[in-house]
Amino acid sequence: MSDSSVGLQEIRALIAAHKRWDVIFGVVGLLALMVGVLTFAALFIEMVIQGLPRLSWDFFTSFPSRKPDQAGILSAWIGSILVMVVTALAAVPLGVGAAVYLEEYAPKNWMTDLIEINVTNLAGVPSIIYGLLALGLFVYQFGLGQSILTAGLTLALLILPIVIVTTRESIRSIPGAIREGAYALGATKWQTTSDHILPYARGGILTGVIIGMSRAIGETAPVITIGALTFIAFLPPAPVQGEFPFLSFEWIMSPFTVMPIQMFNWTSRPEAAFQHNAAAAGLVLVVMTLSMNALAIYLRYRLRKKIKW
Amino acid sequence: MSNDFVSDRLARRKSRNIKERVIEFILFLAALLSVATTVGIVLILLKESYDFFQHVSLWDFLTDTQWTPLFSDAHYGIMPLLSGTLVSSTVALLVAIPLGTVIAIYLSEFAPFSVREVAKPFLELLGGIPTIIYGYFALLFVTPLLQKIYPGLPGFNLLSAGLVMGIMIIPYVSSVSEDAMRAVPMALREGSYAMGATRFQTATWVVTPAAFSGIAAAYILGISRAVGETMILAVAAGMQPNLTWNPMEPAATITSFIVQVALGDLPHGSIGYQTIFAAGLTLALVTLFFNVLGHLLRKRYRQAY
Repeated sequence: MSDSSVGLQEIRALIAAHKRWDVIFGVVGLLALMVGVLTFAALFIEMVIQGLPRLSWDFFTSFPSRKPDQAGILSAWIGSILVMVVTALAAVPLGVGAAVYLEEYAPKNWMTDLIEINVTNLAGVPSIIYGLLALGLFVYQFGLGQSILTAGLTLALLILPIVIVTTRESIRSIPGAIREGAYALGATKWQTTSDHILPYARGGILTGVIIGMSRAIGETAPVITIGALTFIAFLPPAPVQGEFPFLSFEWIMSPFTVMPIQMFNWTSRPEAAFQHNAAAAGLVLVVMTLSMNALAIYLRYRLRKKIKW
Repeated sequence: MSNDFVSDRLARRKSRNIKERVIEFILFLAALLSVATTVGIVLILLKESYDFFQHVSLWDFLTDTQWTPLFSDAHYGIMPLLSGTLVSSTVALLVAIPLGTVIAIYLSEFAPFSVREVAKPFLELLGGIPTIIYGYFALLFVTPLLQKIYPGLPGFNLLSAGLVMGIMIIPYVSSVSEDAMRAVPMALREGSYAMGATRFQTATWVVTPAAFSGIAAAYILGISRAVGETMILAVAAGMQPNLTWNPMEPAATITSFIVQVALGDLPHGSIGYQTIFAAGLTLALVTLFFNVLGHLLRKRYRQAY
């Protein structure tokens, strides 16, 4: 009898010792998460402390300058917006088109397999390689120069896999019964796709596009590689003109700079005053990308809650 | 029903068919663009590198210990750039792989629902921060901090760039690993619990091995990110080619060299212009090597349920 009670105690001790590991790992896991949280907090606070004093109306409406306290990000944020317009115009139709093809149309053959493998692999290609592709192909082969068009197309290629993958996911989540219903009424494939599949997948597509754009707006390396200038003290020609034909597309071939390049330029200068400018530009950039990401996360969360097939 | 009424309908159907075909073809072209992009990358890198290797022998490229393509006494040895890339990536992975794995196990097996709901979007945000911001942070926050511990640390060094790069990569490693662990069927866990295993034992001896192929994919993704990362290194590691295995020193990497050359104004077709494509080709081959390795690992250890 006494033997077995000793055994029981030993077993209990053993169980307790094993259970202790559960607690220990729970703490270790939280600590590992905390490393991320603390880094993020340090990064954000550092930016705010260094950059917030520089943020003023003038900072947004001034060109870069050799005098740090007069320098601003006017050419940078306008450049970023124009490049993003080109990127969106190229990436959204191409990405959604490719996704629709792969989900709804593609036959099962080697060609489709090849395309699928390609999309997966392209997502893992370092962004600077896209810069080299654009430098060789867009800038010199196609003669597009170091223009807003080149940068926009480069970033569009870069985010294409993101748009394709998220669009495919949201198309795939639409039940087959929707398609069968449309076909039963005599709709063609394209009618089914354009009247049913695309509208229902809209939310998911939008989420993917926003995530892709937030990635594109922060990309520096490929844009530097195509030879974007770091010091631009003028604006591209305005797209809306005062006289006929009112619209001008000259801006698309104009030299430009973007937010991350402006920040890079200021960061690499030794003077502390310029580094404060870099922090201020970084703060604007971080707020832009974080709010885009947060919007995407919120949209996805809401979609998940709302849609019940 | 009159005959021409039927033929009318058939005619309309024919035009409808043509329209369908045209649309399908346009969508196919959009999908084909991804293949064209890959082909474009390969062709451009090979073409410019081919011109480069007309000037420089492959042997020199691989064995010369100096990389000074823009000096009058030009040397074209890729070793110094490769060493910078390997050292910074190693530092980054020493941070990202343990932390990313622990976070993945924690979120998948331990964390209460509420923690996971907050932590996952947060990690996603962390991965969405532009790398130039991390570069600024490495140069002007982490390096001064490290200099308090090691007073001799130079202002540019691979260590702080690598550390920050590691933090940047954590979300990639953790989210892919966690997805793999969540895909492990519940029955395996239940079986383990039924045998009297604790949560920790189940996580380390049942779930992690079962999810190994997915976790390996996550590590490979992390390695690709580290090797291809550019701006953190361009900002915080200095851009001086330096054949070293010591992370406390400044050094250039393959990627930061490309940025450095692109910042200058090299004439199209010059040897300096071609060097960045040769460097890019090396980078692409290194990335390809790890991707193939990952593919083999996944194939070898894939478990189907």
